[in-house]
Amino acid sequence: MMESGPMTGPVPTDGTADGAHPRSADLSGVPAKPNPADAQGELGGTFWRRFIFRRPLAALILQRLGLSVGLLFAVSLMIFGGIEALPGDFATTYLGQSATPQAVENIRKDLGLDRPWSERYLSWLGGAVQGDFGTSWASKNSVGEQIAKRLGNSLFLAFFAAIVSVPLAVGLGMLAVQFRNRLPDKIINVVSLAAISLPEFFVGYLLIMFFAVKFGVATFPATVYDSMSFTERLSAIALPVATLVLVVLAHMMRMTRAAILNVMSSAYVETAELKGLGMFRIIARHAAPNAVAPVINVIALNLAYLVVGVVVVEVVFVYPGMGQYMVDAVTVRDMPVVQACGLIFAAFYIFLNMAADILAILANPRLRHPR
Amino acid sequence: MNLRAIPFSAWIGIAGIAIAIFCALFAPVIAPFGERDVVGDIWLPAGGDFLLGTDNLGRDLLSRLIYGARTTIFVALAATVLSFSLGMILSFTAAVMGGFVDQFFSRFNDLMMAIPTLIFALVVLAVLPQHLWILILVMAVLDSTRVFRIGRAVALDVAVMEFVEAARLRGEGSTWIIFREILPNTLSPLLAEFGLRFAFSILFLSTLSFLGLGIQPPAADWGGMVKDNKDGIIFGISAALIPGAAIATLAICVNLVVDWLMKRTSSLKGGRGDA
Repeated sequence: MMESGPMTGPVPTDGTADGAHPRSADLSGVPAKPNPADAQGELGGTFWRRFIFRRPLAALILQRLGLSVGLLFAVSLMIFGGIEALPGDFATTYLGQSATPQAVENIRKDLGLDRPWSERYLSWLGGAVQGDFGTSWASKNSVGEQIAKRLGNSLFLAFFAAIVSVPLAVGLGMLAVQFRNRLPDKIINVVSLAAISLPEFFVGYLLIMFFAVKFGVATFPATVYDSMSFTERLSAIALPVATLVLVVLAHMMRMTRAAILNVMSSAYVETAELKGLGMFRIIARHAAPNAVAPVINVIALNLAYLVVGVVVVEVVFVYPGMGQYMVDAVTVRDMPVVQACGLIFAAFYIFLNMAADILAILANPRLRHPR
Repeated sequence: MNLRAIPFSAWIGIAGIAIAIFCALFAPVIAPFGERDVVGDIWLPAGGDFLLGTDNLGRDLLSRLIYGARTTIFVALAATVLSFSLGMILSFTAAVMGGFVDQFFSRFNDLMMAIPTLIFALVVLAVLPQHLWILILVMAVLDSTRVFRIGRAVALDVAVMEFVEAARLRGEGSTWIIFREILPNTLSPLLAEFGLRFAFSILFLSTLSFLGLGIQPPAADWGGMVKDNKDGIIFGISAALIPGAAIATLAICVNLVVDWLMKRTSSLKGGRGDA
């Protein structure tokens, strides 16, 4: 989708003003910048201050880690508590409009909804930390077991999509910069603009229509079983992977291009140009080292997007992953499953964004000493 | 504005949007059949009486496509307008007031954005009853987080300008500063953002409908039509691809116009014209 279209074009290198993802949310009570020591007690304060002084990098990384955990905690509260606050009763919506009051009462007791929500939240969170997400309302199976099986499938899909799309996107992005404002760049620009506008399911069905139905070279639906060999699995997921790659590629490439162009329009590259250096040498020696941080950022962001993009693609290809599980649960209003899947997707999203943050800090020494 | 300065690609975009809006406005007049009328056999091929063939229940695909334009565009537009009003009012308030209000809004916004939009929508829609206005509201609130972030960044840029300070020194109130000083100067980038958000809304609504959580049948909408006809794909029937192509075309057209608007604003700023 278009979380960060051309508007957020040049990826900011200061790590504070990005448009597409959560950053520097001071939720865990750790101030982002000056004196984290002030917020804490005397003793802890001096220890923390000394730690920052000796190991600024480790302290910064620890801080981001703490922030992410705090954010995840807040998200869990939102996914659980926020939903309680919404109008509508689980039991009534679950049974439908015409349910008798007695039936509603029974099901409330059955599902444990008669306890206060804070108590249910705490027991839910306690279980979730240990990987126990309760039992599904619809099938009465353990949610944790199902997720363990399906999460592997989803990650398998996302992993191969990432392996194909990342080098391709970076390569094409560099190609576009190399031929800036000439024909290859213009073609890449127009094609990627179109690709951004295509819904995932359209791309998916288009691929099915051509490769599975017309030419018969790929399999559909992309079901995988436990007994399948590795190569069989690979051929089964060929089309879903291709869809994910197409969806994420255009985005990643545009952002890569913008990030490298941002570096290319800086003064030292102009100097190198005026010195008479060749274009390739300028890119390899001067631009690339400085573009690493923004490009890594772009990649991590798109991987985070990939985790979510999996949802639609799995439904299209009837692939037994997390996304399919969640969508099925939403249609029958199976809340334990929905909450568990929501939390896990959010966790991946948050931690990949955090990884982007930390990698950017590692790659760009200037970010280690925020002004 | 000079009409000649509009590039060819933007004209294509404008034409596409105009056609879609025309279909949406005059759907009952131009559609050959009714929205919900079963007029023939299921999945008839294109041609003859039915220009694009029929769908999984034997309804005319072209008519449903035209009526679908109405639902899709109306819901997407309503959600975008709502999300913009919400996001801009909150973001400008945050930028002008500063201090605690700004911190509170921004931190809450960060929290909302920490959950991927689609996942958030799925979780919320699992609880809420299925009504059209609830769908619009959910889309608008989720989208307004993005508007808030951009609106605040743009407004902060303008809020430190000399003319805003002059207005403050003149003794103008916050409302005057928001609507008379900041809004006119941020209109151009926000207009481009509006287009971008609209395209996103179309895709998002279609995705939700495709997953069965958006607009409910029998009302026609493009994402839902793909869902209705998806089983035909295995038999080589392309009925599901036609509404999909309609979504893609409309989104591309909007993006073409946005691209031009964006280039225009960046050239106004006197940048090197990259990105």
